[in-house]
Parts: sequence; structure tokens; C-alpha cells
Amino acid sequence: MRDRTTLLLAASLVALLVLGLILPQWINTLTIAVSWGVVVLGMMLMMRTGLVSFGQGLYYCLGGYSAAVLHKFYGIGDILVMVLTGMVVAGAVAAVLGLLMAKYRDIFFAMLSLAFSMILFGLLVKTQQLGSTDGFGLGVRSVAGLALPQGHERFVVFAASGVIALLLALAVHRYLSGHLGRLAGAIKDNELRVEYMGESVRNVIHLNYVISAALAGVGGALAAITVGHVDPEMSYWTQSGEFVFITILSGTGSVLAPFLGAIIFETVRSFAYEHSPNTWQMVLGITMLLVIMFLPGGLWSIFTRTRKEA
Amino acid sequence: MQQVFAILIDGIIYASWLFIIAVGLTLIYGVMKILNVAHGSLYALGAYAATSLGGYWLAQGHAPLGSYGMLLIAAIAVGITVGPLIERGLLRLMYGKEEVVLVLVTYAVFLILEDVSKLVWGVDPLSISEPYGLLGNFEVADLVYPNYNLLLVAVSVLVGAALAWVLNRTRQGKILQAVIHDREMSGALGINVSRVYLATFTVGAILAAMGGALTAPSIAVQPGIAADTIVLAFAVVVIGGLGSLGGAALGAVMVGLVRAWAVHKWPEVELFSVYAVMALVLILRPKGLFAVPEARKI
Repeated sequence: MRDRTTLLLAASLVALLVLGLILPQWINTLTIAVSWGVVVLGMMLMMRTGLVSFGQGLYYCLGGYSAAVLHKFYGIGDILVMVLTGMVVAGAVAAVLGLLMAKYRDIFFAMLSLAFSMILFGLLVKTQQLGSTDGFGLGVRSVAGLALPQGHERFVVFAASGVIALLLALAVHRYLSGHLGRLAGAIKDNELRVEYMGESVRNVIHLNYVISAALAGVGGALAAITVGHVDPEMSYWTQSGEFVFITILSGTGSVLAPFLGAIIFETVRSFAYEHSPNTWQMVLGITMLLVIMFLPGGLWSIFTRTRKEA
Repeated sequence: MQQVFAILIDGIIYASWLFIIAVGLTLIYGVMKILNVAHGSLYALGAYAATSLGGYWLAQGHAPLGSYGMLLIAAIAVGITVGPLIERGLLRLMYGKEEVVLVLVTYAVFLILEDVSKLVWGVDPLSISEPYGLLGNFEVADLVYPNYNLLLVAVSVLVGAALAWVLNRTRQGKILQAVIHDREMSGALGINVSRVYLATFTVGAILAAMGGALTAPSIAVQPGIAADTIVLAFAVVVIGGLGSLGGAALGAVMVGLVRAWAVHKWPEVELFSVYAVMALVLILRPKGLFAVPEARKI
């Protein structure tokens, strides 16, 4: 069967942009959904390797704070520069921590990643220069050197996020179809055999870890730009928990899945926040249980299943 | 010198509180191999139930000392209702799945219970501060502490000793150890494994709720305490080694003292220090300080 992912991705971006034009009041929700989709894209890569991080908020937060610091202390307000900085900072930290993380599996991987994200949370909460528990605000002026048009800033941020997400999703798709990407599933199934084949499990995990962190950094920067504010909660474990939730909801079947999952998640959340703020988490929990019990492959497995039967 | 005392006493009080919660978590993990995120919710439910029941008791004008009994009853009531409900109603269907999936299942339960407590008790902070001051104070090197803290320390020592005794000295304890060692084989020898699981989870739930009920007098009970507590408990059990009773005790003392030291000497690193210790221990001993080595299965 021919690979239609590229086509599907491009079509989804167009559909998303049209949706944003029709429903301008939904633009912020959609932009956040796209940026979380990028974070979950990275989580998906780790999950394919068989690892669940309960501390992805660390890199999400690093990305967000990098963008915000650029604006606050250096007066830089360019979306592309902010996103790239977020990506590089998160990726660089992951390259160092990855030396350790690549040795851990299962619960211990989850716990060590949790510990690292809580360390950042603990640091930020006590850092007065960065606004302590309240965090601080940021703004944007341009994208890739072009000034944002008056009155259309939100849409441009949305469109820029969409394009960045598309490019990243394509890159991850290519990576996953290649040699290293396919090793991820093999490592999940049986590490020892992968080693026997002459591949270094640690190196592959390390690489995937850095990629997923860089993606989380991009997502964090985009989210910070959209909201116009960062705070330490970005690194708290419940934030990472929400990313894990979306990853489970989406499934690891395709690079489109994370975005589908994130859009459903954000839409439901903004509805729930308005109508019944105190049962929102209950809805999440019940959904999660249902997905784990009846759709272990996530929402995406609905599509693949029907395709096989046809 | 006074500061050294302050750090030691604060550390021990904090460690006692941590131990009561963490020991239930490590017990459940040791027997069932479930890292129970919902443990934090049981803690919160225990605290909420304690404010309701204790508040009701005091409002009725009964003897204030009786409120201690109410705290205990609240904890047991929460433990023996919610615990079996989670184990029988949900976890039973999930045994055999990967450990990480089980973490996610209990995380889902955590999310559900978070809203249940909001629906039942609302989102405003509640308090039941009477029992905290009732027992008077004690003084060490010019530092004044409420005697209630001694009660907390006593309960945690008692819980630890009782668990160690049951595990090592009784028939039930031996059965439990057999199940920990080899679930299938114990089942084949006629041990009712599913009942052992139910009992373990219920005891763990009671301990979590007791941690909450005993803390309720000294804190504001509000949404978010479940999330704050469970990560601390994770830190404690991971430091000690998942599933180890002694490990939980050591982990609690380490975290308690480190935090007390940070609070007094270097307040900027208070939260940071706990997780830094956790990360450091995991780096040096990937499975915690007291973890039992496991044979590699291919």
C-alpha cells in the first residue's frame, strides 16, 4: 500500500487553517492543541520504544521558558527564533540527561524522568527573577523576520504553529520509516535480540530521547507564545500526566494520531471547563480507563482496524 | 545548636508523616507490582473524611478528645470502602498487564477521585485544627512543638513495627511473602492469591487514608493535596527501593531530614532538594537503596 501520510498531513493542515478561519474564537484552543500535538509526537516516539516518561513537562517547560526568557531579557520577539531556541535548549539538556536515562526502563524510567521534571519545578518556584510561582508574560512581534500583521496576530501564530508542526511531523514520519525508527519497535519487543543484531540499544534510546525532548521544547515554546505566559506548573507532574494521557488516547499508529488526540483533548477540555469544571478530570479518567481496556492501540487503531477488514 | 535540634525534630516529624503514606504504597507495590498513583487520592479522601467526621463530632459538642477517635474511624472507613472498590472493581481486571500500564490505570483512578472529592467537599479549603492544639506543647532547647506531633511519630513507629511483625512473625505474613516471591506457585499451593491482593490493597488504602486523616488537623484540606503528596511518596519509595519496608523507613527519614535541613538552612532549594536526592539515589542505585536484585528473564 502506498504511503499517504504526507498527503494526509498536508490536507489536515489545510483543513485546520480553514477551521481556524471559520471559527476565529477557537483559534487559541486549536493552537494549543497543535503545540501539544508536537509534544505528544515526541512521547509517541518514546512509547514506540516501550518507554513512558512521566516527566516530559521538563522539556515542555524548558521550551516555554526559553522563549519567554528571550523576550523578557533580550527583547527578541520572533516566533521562529523562539521555537528554535526552545528546541535547542530542550534537546541539549536531553542530550546530557539522556546519558543516564538510556539505562533505565519501565517504572524506573518513568520515576527518574519525574524526578528531573520536579527538580526543575522546585527550582523555578523559588526563582524570584523568573517570577517564582506566578511565572511571567511574553509577547511576539514577528515570524522569521516578517512583522505580524495588525489585527491578525493570533491567526498568524496559529498558521505558523501549524506549518512548524507539519514539518516536524513529516520529519518524524521519515525517521520512523527509516532504519533507526524501525528499531524502536524492535527494542520494545526484545532488547536482547536487537543487541545480538549488532545495534546499540542505548544509542537508539538516547537518540529517541533527545528527539522527543526537542519536540517537547518546540511544543512548549509554541504554547508559551500562544498563551503569552509561562509558569512552573508547566513542569509539574500533572502536566506530564496530561501528555501521557493524550499519548495513550492517540495511540502510536501514525504521526497524525498525536494531533488528532490533542485536538480532541483540547476541544473537550474547553467545553468541559465552561460547563462543568469540577467533573472534567473525571471524564478524563473514565475515558482513559475505557481506552486502556477496549482500545489498547489508541484512537488511531480504529482506522487501521477498519482498513485491514476492508 | 538550636538549629540542629530544630532540623532533627522537624525532620523526624516530617519523616513520620511520609512513612505512614509511603509504607502503604511500597506494600502494594511489593505484593501486587502496582505503583499506585491513586494512593494520593486515598490520602486526600482520608483528610477530607477526617474534617467532616471530626468537625461533626466537635459541632455536636462531644468531648474534644474523642475527635482523635473520629480521625481514626474516618481513615478506616475510607480505606475499607474505597480500597476494595478500586481493587475488586477495576484492578482485578488489569492484572497481567505491563507495570507501566497499571501506573496509567491508577492515574486514571486518581483523576476520577480528584473530582469526586471536589464534588463531595467542594473546592474551598477545609480545616479541623482543634485536635492539633489539644494535647499541649513540648519544648526542646527553647523550641515549642505541639504534642500532636509526638502522636504522629508514635503512630508511624507503631505502623512500621506492626507491619514488620505481621510480615516476619505470623502465618499471614509468610503467606504474603510466598505470594511476593512467586504468585503462580503460591496459587498452585492453595493460597488464595486474589484474597491476599484484596487484603493488601485494603491495608494500603487504610494507611494512605490514615496519613491523610492524621495530617488534616495541621493543614488546609483542599484540592491539590493528593497530587502534592503522591509525588513525595514516590520519591520516598523510590529512594528506599520499591517494595521494601525498611527502604520506605530509610527513604522517609532521608527525605524528612533533607527537607528540614533545606527549610532551615537554604529555603530556596526546599522542593528541589527532595527530588535531587531522589534523582541522585536512582543514578547511583537504579532500583533504590534496598531493592532485591532480580534475575534477568529473557
